[in-house]
Amino acid sequence: MSIAIFLSQILNGLQYGLLLFLIASGLTLIFGVLGVINLAHGSLFMIGAYVAFLVVKASGSLWLALPACVVVGLALGALLERFLFRYFYNREHLDQVLLTFALILIFEELRSLLVGNDFHSVPVPAALDFSVPITAGFSYAAYRLVVIGVCLALAAALFWWIERTKMGAIVRAAAEKPEMVDVLGIDARRVHMTVFAVGAALALAAGGLAAPLTSVYPNMGDGLLIVSFVVVVIGGFGSVSGAFWAALLVGLIDTLGKAYGSAFSGAAAGGLGAALPAMSIYMVMILVLVLRPSGLFGGRS
Amino acid sequence: MIGRNRLLPQTSAGWAALAAGAVALALLPLFAPAYYVGLVTTAMIAAMLALSLHLLVGGAGLVSLGHGAFYGLAAYTVFLMSPEGAPRPIWQTLPAAMLVAGLAALVVGALSLRTKGFFFLMVTLACGQMIFAIFHDTRLGGGADGAYLAKPLLSIFGFTLDPLSLPRAERGWPVYYVALVQLTATYLALALLLRSLFGSVLEGIRVNESRMEAMGFNTGRYKLAAFVIAGVLAGAAGHMWSLYSGFVNPEVVGWRQSAEALLMILLGGIGALVGAVVGAFAFVALGEIAQMITSRQLLVEGLAILAAVVLLRDGFMGLKPPWRGARSPRGGGRESALR
Amino acid sequence: MTGSRAGPAAVLATEGLTKYFGRLAAVRDVTLALRVNALHAVIGPNGAGKSTFVDLLSGRLRPSQGRVLLEGRDVSGAPAWRMARLGVARSFQRTNIFKPLSVLENVRLAAQAVRLPIARLLSTPPRQTALIEAARRALERVGLADAERSVAGALSHGAQRQLEIAMTLAIEPKVLLLDEPLAGMGQEESERMAALLKSLAREHAVLLIEHDMDFVFKVADQMTVLVEGAALATGSPAEVRANKAVQTAYLGAQA
Repeated sequence: MSIAIFLSQILNGLQYGLLLFLIASGLTLIFGVLGVINLAHGSLFMIGAYVAFLVVKASGSLWLALPACVVVGLALGALLERFLFRYFYNREHLDQVLLTFALILIFEELRSLLVGNDFHSVPVPAALDFSVPITAGFSYAAYRLVVIGVCLALAAALFWWIERTKMGAIVRAAAEKPEMVDVLGIDARRVHMTVFAVGAALALAAGGLAAPLTSVYPNMGDGLLIVSFVVVVIGGFGSVSGAFWAALLVGLIDTLGKAYGSAFSGAAAGGLGAALPAMSIYMVMILVLVLRPSGLFGGRS
Repeated sequence: MIGRNRLLPQTSAGWAALAAGAVALALLPLFAPAYYVGLVTTAMIAAMLALSLHLLVGGAGLVSLGHGAFYGLAAYTVFLMSPEGAPRPIWQTLPAAMLVAGLAALVVGALSLRTKGFFFLMVTLACGQMIFAIFHDTRLGGGADGAYLAKPLLSIFGFTLDPLSLPRAERGWPVYYVALVQLTATYLALALLLRSLFGSVLEGIRVNESRMEAMGFNTGRYKLAAFVIAGVLAGAAGHMWSLYSGFVNPEVVGWRQSAEALLMILLGGIGALVGAVVGAFAFVALGEIAQMITSRQLLVEGLAILAAVVLLRDGFMGLKPPWRGARSPRGGGRESALR
Repeated sequence: MTGSRAGPAAVLATEGLTKYFGRLAAVRDVTLALRVNALHAVIGPNGAGKSTFVDLLSGRLRPSQGRVLLEGRDVSGAPAWRMARLGVARSFQRTNIFKPLSVLENVRLAAQAVRLPIARLLSTPPRQTALIEAARRALERVGLADAERSVAGALSHGAQRQLEIAMTLAIEPKVLLLDEPLAGMGQEESERMAALLKSLAREHAVLLIEHDMDFVFKVADQMTVLVEGAALATGSPAEVRANKAVQTAYLGAQA
């Protein structure tokens, strides 16, 4: 257990957690303000990764990919809200689950039609393809540090938007008390579209950022989807700050658990201990739901 | 209304139609090619899973996203009992599979039923995912790739029927008929349950749980009983899957399995128990038709599901067309789900 | 203030019953006793904590402080279903019947809760004559015997309120907690309800929550005035009416 490995795992955990935050923040806003369970959020992540892949293939530059992801995300989110989700606000959760499940299938197939089913790698921009020495004997991939930085910047932007702008304040209030939006006479439809668009843009951005790290492949959003729900639950529905801390917590538990879990459980990789990181995250989620449904970090029940 | 359950056929004509359906299924292998015998077998297995979930959804109003886990757990139990090359007789594997599924349902139910509505949905999802993690992340069941198992032997009182001993065209028949018998037994067992006083308590819980509690029913206990029974029946379905397919992989305990089961209930109609069967057959048929039309099978399925959710509204929200004006979110839908 | 008198023992009593929601005390230190043949009404302005108080008595909420005693036994914190089985029945302010079911089915279901041994759980309803008889008796008592086959959701509002009461009677309770049984009723229906309540009070310990002041003064033998969660006064209607604090706080100048 050298310090270097430990530090790199911590950084990995932070990076994973921050990507999780981008996805979970959109999810928690969509549920908090709109009351919609969006299982297709993982697909949005996947779409972001593929957008980045296509942009890089066409232009050779990853720098263009991120803005492209954001733009596509805003547009896609607005369209989805306007023409589909708007009609499902009053429906039972069962219907929303099935609807968004259908969306997952449709997105997967469209991707398959347009881009095919192959595994594609996305190259890290040449400018960032090196390791940054952090301490003597330990250096960390520069691109990963950039990812952490960009995520933090996006998180800061999101917080600023929610705390400082008028629209953001409305969204924040609506996440706490959705009835208020109607009562205050604000055009609810614009608020809903904005929330969806922002949420989608964040998910696509996460996908674009992750593409060089994980490569792009079918169903890549699946694993992250469920974990994002865990983050939303632990952080509290509708609470972006809650999602932030919960995402970091989950990211660290998962990464450190996978790295060190086998040492603790005494079982070799593949033995029963290998399931512990995942299981412990779900266990926390269950405990939160049963004992403290409003989340560990604020938000409302 | 006394003595009937709205989920069961209300007239003798309805029961006759069910019986006719069972007879048609029984005669099918005599007329259909082996491929379709296998296909209908998968439909029947799916129907068994959907029926077990319908006890929860239609019978007690509990929407669970983790039900598939009991189904898959049963299949993995068969694998653990009889890995490739070491088969065991069905009279050992079936009870074991059902028992394991039932015990898991007992634990999951005790935990998840402390919540309601949306939170219940999430807890069941999380529990299902925990079971998924056990089989996906460890070598216990062959890891992420899964493993082959030895299909349970169809033996009774010392006499074993080996499907390979039959002519090629009939090799799928033994499993087909076992599935048919099991499907019929599942439906009849649920019908018995729903018609009884136990069923009427579940109905009361579905309609108005707090009132039931105020009247003196320990609703938690009734819900747990329903949850465990549903788990046991899902286990029976999972056992049937292992008998038919001969392998397991983590997908059978995944949340997509649970979502598909919910979907089948929706497709067939929540208002009737047989809807689970109809929906399962429709879902399998949909997959086949999609495959015939295009290689884009999932696209067709996805669009069909979309259409179904948008258009098929029986039971839950009444008959309001969803496209007539968008409403603001968080209205009655959320309240009624959270009750 | 206990307002107790020498007389039959209390069937259901509270001592210092208090309930906090966060920092807000919805019910504060309320002590009263319910007896047979002494219909006890609880009145107070909206939001005074009346429904919360009933929820505490029926087990739907757990008290933060204080005790609930049933025939002398401490049952504080018992869940709603256990209180019902012990003989404490309640009706609801907003009609809480099973609308898709028939009238008889509603009451049979209520009767089933406390009478059914587990062994009979799988038998079908038509065979359970004991339950159906009990249901019919309850319907008879409230005057709904003729409507037993009607769909509950199709009844008039007044009849639905009667059905509410029949459902509480089906478990043959010792205590009846009735939360605004008159809600939405017309004059004639109210009179019928008044007669029914007085007759019920002769056999059960009855607690009544109501807004209609004239009705309460006509029907109640004992009254408690609840304001902001605390019992302002307890006593006979005459005593309460004469109480100065009550006059200013609630009844206004026309007491």
